[in-house]
Amino acid sequence: MTSTTQEKYVPKTSTGRITDFVDQRVGGSGMLREFGRKVFPDHWSFMFGEVALYSFVILLLSGTFLTFFFDPSMAETHYNGSYVPLKGVEMSVAYSSSLNISFDIRGGLLMRQIHHWSALLFVAAVSVHMLRVFFTGAFRKPRELNWVVGGVLLILSMAAGFTGYSLPDDLLSGNGLRIIDGVIKSIPIVGTYISFFLFGGEFPGTAIIGRLYMMHIMLVPALILLMVAIHLFMVVIHKHTQYPGPGRNDRNVVGYPLGPVYAAKAGGFFFIVFGIIAFVAATFTINPIWNYGPYDPSPVSAGTQPDWYIGWVDGALRLMPGWIFNIPMEWHIPLPWGVNTLTLNVLIPALIPAGLVFTLLFTYPWIERWITRDDREHHVLDRPRNVPTRTGIGVAGFIFYCVMWAAASSDLIATHFQVSLNDVTYWLRALFFIGPILGFIVARRVALALQRKDREIALHGRETGRIVRLPHGEFQEMHAQLDDYKRYKLVGYESPLPEEGIPNENGIVTKTEKRRALLSRLFFEDRVAPATPSELAAGHGHHEAIESSDETKSVEH
Amino acid sequence: MKALSQKRRHPLAALALLVLGLMLTGGLYAVVTTVNEAKADTTTFTAQQVDEGEKLFVANCATCHGVGASGTDAGPSLAGVGAAAVDFQVGTGRMPMQMQGPQAREKPKQFNADQTRELAAYVATLGDGPALPEEQYIDGKGDAAVGGELFRVNCAMCHNAAAAGGALTRGKFAPALAGVSNSHMYSAMVTGPQNMPVFNDANISPEGKRDIITFLNTIENQGSPGGAKLGSLGPVSEGLFLWTAVMGVVIGFTIWLTSRTS
Repeated sequence: MTSTTQEKYVPKTSTGRITDFVDQRVGGSGMLREFGRKVFPDHWSFMFGEVALYSFVILLLSGTFLTFFFDPSMAETHYNGSYVPLKGVEMSVAYSSSLNISFDIRGGLLMRQIHHWSALLFVAAVSVHMLRVFFTGAFRKPRELNWVVGGVLLILSMAAGFTGYSLPDDLLSGNGLRIIDGVIKSIPIVGTYISFFLFGGEFPGTAIIGRLYMMHIMLVPALILLMVAIHLFMVVIHKHTQYPGPGRNDRNVVGYPLGPVYAAKAGGFFFIVFGIIAFVAATFTINPIWNYGPYDPSPVSAGTQPDWYIGWVDGALRLMPGWIFNIPMEWHIPLPWGVNTLTLNVLIPALIPAGLVFTLLFTYPWIERWITRDDREHHVLDRPRNVPTRTGIGVAGFIFYCVMWAAASSDLIATHFQVSLNDVTYWLRALFFIGPILGFIVARRVALALQRKDREIALHGRETGRIVRLPHGEFQEMHAQLDDYKRYKLVGYESPLPEEGIPNENGIVTKTEKRRALLSRLFFEDRVAPATPSELAAGHGHHEAIESSDETKSVEH
Repeated sequence: MKALSQKRRHPLAALALLVLGLMLTGGLYAVVTTVNEAKADTTTFTAQQVDEGEKLFVANCATCHGVGASGTDAGPSLAGVGAAAVDFQVGTGRMPMQMQGPQAREKPKQFNADQTRELAAYVATLGDGPALPEEQYIDGKGDAAVGGELFRVNCAMCHNAAAAGGALTRGKFAPALAGVSNSHMYSAMVTGPQNMPVFNDANISPEGKRDIITFLNTIENQGSPGGAKLGSLGPVSEGLFLWTAVMGVVIGFTIWLTSRTS
């Protein structure tokens, strides 16, 4: 700034003077100018990340309230609060203080329910956000690392949820902890030691609630905050992706600037999310811990399930048979120091499906990049139908997850649909293997069919429902051409051809390269090419001929 | 004592000891089992009720349970099931069964209270079994906290901690307990209908049963302090509600926010 020629700015009001004073010292106006001009594209499916962020803020606020009254001690006490059916019952201080929050602290139950509902919404919003990012290809260069950060956030949100779920020390959450204990103990050799270390001795011990509490209120939220900061920082660096449309390309972002419109919308949206959660928390009960009673290792209640985001792991455990044909899944291995037990019926379902899902989730951007050899930056998203194979893979993973998820509620499916619990398990076991394959095939075919429909509409226009009778007696339905904006959406996408293996410097097509070529064929061989300008021109001419000339006996319909 | 020490090598001493031992264990067993068994109190039924009950039985039940309730391939013998079993099975409409299946389902009652009592009177004459529950144990005025603990230890693994019911194997299930009368709860505990185990008086004392009934009455009548219960089915119904209703509303708002004003 050439300040020598400019007059020094002198604010006229006292507010102006204070603002100017602060601005000269922290440089806020520069930041505001920079951020206020950041452009965000508008689409409803871009809002789930925001929903997750806002739920997390609500979690921090309501969680802070709860820490004022919660006591994570496992010392024994006798309940003396106002809930009659538990009066005088022996329980831990943690459970007793959770009951006090629910019944004896003003607004406590509402806060507990706000906290729990927003926890469920938080993980759900994270999941939907990730699905959106996957199916639209937003994880491609330059956003691969942010995809990984998002995956870490998903795991952290599940960890935050599970550690919180266990804190009230009620029967339901204690059963959940017992399952975790069992899974840990199924790890060969070190399992028992890890379990004893975690619980401070034999399960349940007197240490676990305090330890989970520390993780729940300090470590996990701190990590989530750190990851959210990195996540948002990278969004600022990369800029937001946008759906394809006229005037949108990989070098621009079309949308509203952050200030003032988008900031107002986003700020208002926080209160909308808060309002929805507060309304739900005020009218629908969640985790009624007074129903479950204090934790005691002997009773297990029917219908014991984890919160929804852990359900798929619980479901995998439920699906695993103890015997496969005549082979027991529990092995007793004689070793020099005695017999060790290897409980594969716990180890396999607890670790393998989750391991598979997360490994594929984290590596997928690189897998697709390797197959397509696409090293360009992408800021324009794919419509899911335009990448049929990726969409198929996503749906396969989604169904794999959902089968396990459904298995976690197998008992409720059995009672509510009046079917045999055993049959539910058998069907879900079959679907566990067949479902993802069917899902892949069907989703890919649906995507291809939708592409063909798009191509058809781009070339021949929309059916108007107007039937015209030609002089020679033929009936025809008139088609209306799309306007250019709509047509661009249908034709403006890439559809690469499958690639043959590329020889290396020695002229040899390596095995890896052959495999890549195979996958490339899988990805692209059934492609539906977008309508080219010349095809469009031909289609137009054809179409206009029908409308203008009575003589043409066209095959148009 | 001297006489005993002299006679202990008598050839019949072993036999006498055996007889003594058998009598002792048998006697103890008899005492213990009578403690466990609620004796059928037939005195509360009149002979006319028994006669009427027999007529009803022959007309409605004998097809499966056989004449004289001695049992057939289609239904078990009813000797010794007691009046309480009739009170529960017929009183909740489970018997007569609509069809064979994994489990007799509750349905509209076929017999009124008097007829049910007559049937119970008849079945009680077939052999000793659990009698109709005594009024003092089904008044619902026990200790709900003790009842809650007993319920969680003995009942919750099938009926769910909130008594919302749960699944058993092969189409069988433990029903939800809301709306079940106190008398039927007690009868169910002492007779163990369907797949339910018998909780006899040595297992859970009559006072304990009264506490359980009190607990169930309390949680049924107290309402839900936190708002709508979503079926008291725990995290599954909560998750389902979140993913459908809450997510639906959130998506509705996102669409509203991003729609253009033009």
